[in-house]
Amino acid sequence: MKKSAIIGAILSAVLLVGCGSTETSHTVSTDGSTSMEKVIGVLSESYSAKHENVKITYNPTGSSAGISAVSEGRCDIGLSSRALKDEEAQTLDAAVLCYDGISIIVNTENKIDNLTVENIADIYTGKITNWSEIGGDDLPIVCIGREAASGTRDGFESVTGTKDSCVYAQELTSTGDVIQTVSTNPNAIGYASTASVKDTVKTVSVEGVMPTNDTILDGSYKISRAFYFVTAKDKKLSGDAQKFFDFCMSKEADEFIESAGGVPTAK
Amino acid sequence: MERSVYAESLRGESSAVRKRDNVLRTLAKASDRVMATFFVICGFASIALVVIITAFLVSSGVPAIHEVGFKDFMFGKVWTPTSENAQFGILPFILSSFYATIAAVVLSVPLGILTAVFITKFAGEKLASLLSSAVEMLAGIPSVVYGLLGMIYVVPTVRNVFELPDGACLFSAVIVLAVMLLPSVISVSASAIRTVPREYEEGSLALGANDTETIFKVTLPAAKSGISAAVVLGIGRAVGEAMAVMMVSGNVPNMPKLFGSVRFLTTAVASEMSYSSGLHREALFSVALVLFVFILGINMLLNFLTRKGKN
Repeated sequence: MKKSAIIGAILSAVLLVGCGSTETSHTVSTDGSTSMEKVIGVLSESYSAKHENVKITYNPTGSSAGISAVSEGRCDIGLSSRALKDEEAQTLDAAVLCYDGISIIVNTENKIDNLTVENIADIYTGKITNWSEIGGDDLPIVCIGREAASGTRDGFESVTGTKDSCVYAQELTSTGDVIQTVSTNPNAIGYASTASVKDTVKTVSVEGVMPTNDTILDGSYKISRAFYFVTAKDKKLSGDAQKFFDFCMSKEADEFIESAGGVPTAK
Repeated sequence: MERSVYAESLRGESSAVRKRDNVLRTLAKASDRVMATFFVICGFASIALVVIITAFLVSSGVPAIHEVGFKDFMFGKVWTPTSENAQFGILPFILSSFYATIAAVVLSVPLGILTAVFITKFAGEKLASLLSSAVEMLAGIPSVVYGLLGMIYVVPTVRNVFELPDGACLFSAVIVLAVMLLPSVISVSASAIRTVPREYEEGSLALGANDTETIFKVTLPAAKSGISAAVVLGIGRAVGEAMAVMMVSGNVPNMPKLFGSVRFLTTAVASEMSYSSGLHREALFSVALVLFVFILGINMLLNFLTRKGKN
């Protein structure tokens, strides 16, 4: 008697769980750029808060991996921090979700206020090694960067055209580490996502333009890039995926994008 | 007659008792057997874990070594996992780990042994117990705290003292590592010194040697195997440390220079694992495998030394 009651309880529990899982089985899968982790995290959190039965998954594999995942149908939305290549654009669509500015930071004691993109590239490739060469004090330049495979590093190096040729003094594993290190070393220069930069370091203008939401949006601030949602042309998004997509592209999502450090597109 | 009746009844009772005893004994035996099985399972669980970890590391680490080529992997000097022509040479990591370990051990072992001598031989009872608990506290501090202090104090100090552009370098890592090794070196050598029989020292003193001579010529040589175990333990800890050195070494995969930014075997895995994919990720498993083999060798040496000490 007792046994059968227990078995009954277990069975009904299993059934209930089964029901539960079919009810929450609406998942929207995203896959791609590691730089977009924060933005996607905030967006999926705020979306799931309103739609409890929808689960948004994120697989941090990198832009190229995300693009191939969506073209092979392994995810609903691909996340990319680079524009599509021509052959990719034949079968895929890319919509700009938001922009990401990368600030160039120096120590607060540093006299330099402005650098050109060429200056920055020369500094990071080791052609300029002393601040005096570009109008600063006679101090050696110490280049601080991020580890290989970091999204910010990839963004910085692709915008400045220094891919694989940067000579770093330190490769740190987080934006916070970069800011901390630059704030303690008067010789240092570093790069970090604009939204994360605090007063402990000095942001220099690039080609005379400071990174702000406006200058990043209109493209006058050079060291920035777009974050894209990539979808397949020939396949319609599922109902939930489409709703999530629309939510992210709507004005409603702007505040969440900003809180994650992104610059929303003009709508 | 009466007596025999009494004896009879006694015998009857005792047979009942015996029966009960037998049952109890069987039960006890059964529970023993259950517990024994349980202990065996626990014992084998740890062995199983070692086997599983080894199998996992070998199976996930070997393919990349095979793909890159053993010689290019172990002796290649360039690590550019994300570039167009990716290169996976881990010689810079191996050498950096090697140099940092040797240097940290060279710094901390003499200091540690002398501290152990002071605690065991010269300090009064109160001071000795205070020192011992301080050493234990030192051992309990998480490595990330050492790293943080290193990042905030050691790195800027090294930069100023040696007038370097940047203080995050092999030297800073060595300083932090040496401090981290001290507690284990001190406590293991202190217990080694304590096991030296009092008679040895008394004999030496009776022959007219002073305290210093006795310690350096009798006590320490007698505690030799325990102290060498302390050294090897220190080597093991130094090779395996990741967090603290990652925060002070600059983390660039250069060939090691004393005042240059370096990356170690441990930090190579820790710093790049989160974003890596494909062959890059597999190569990181291979780095972990190489590290594992090194640590295994060091542990075997440690076992050998402690066993030698017991004989």
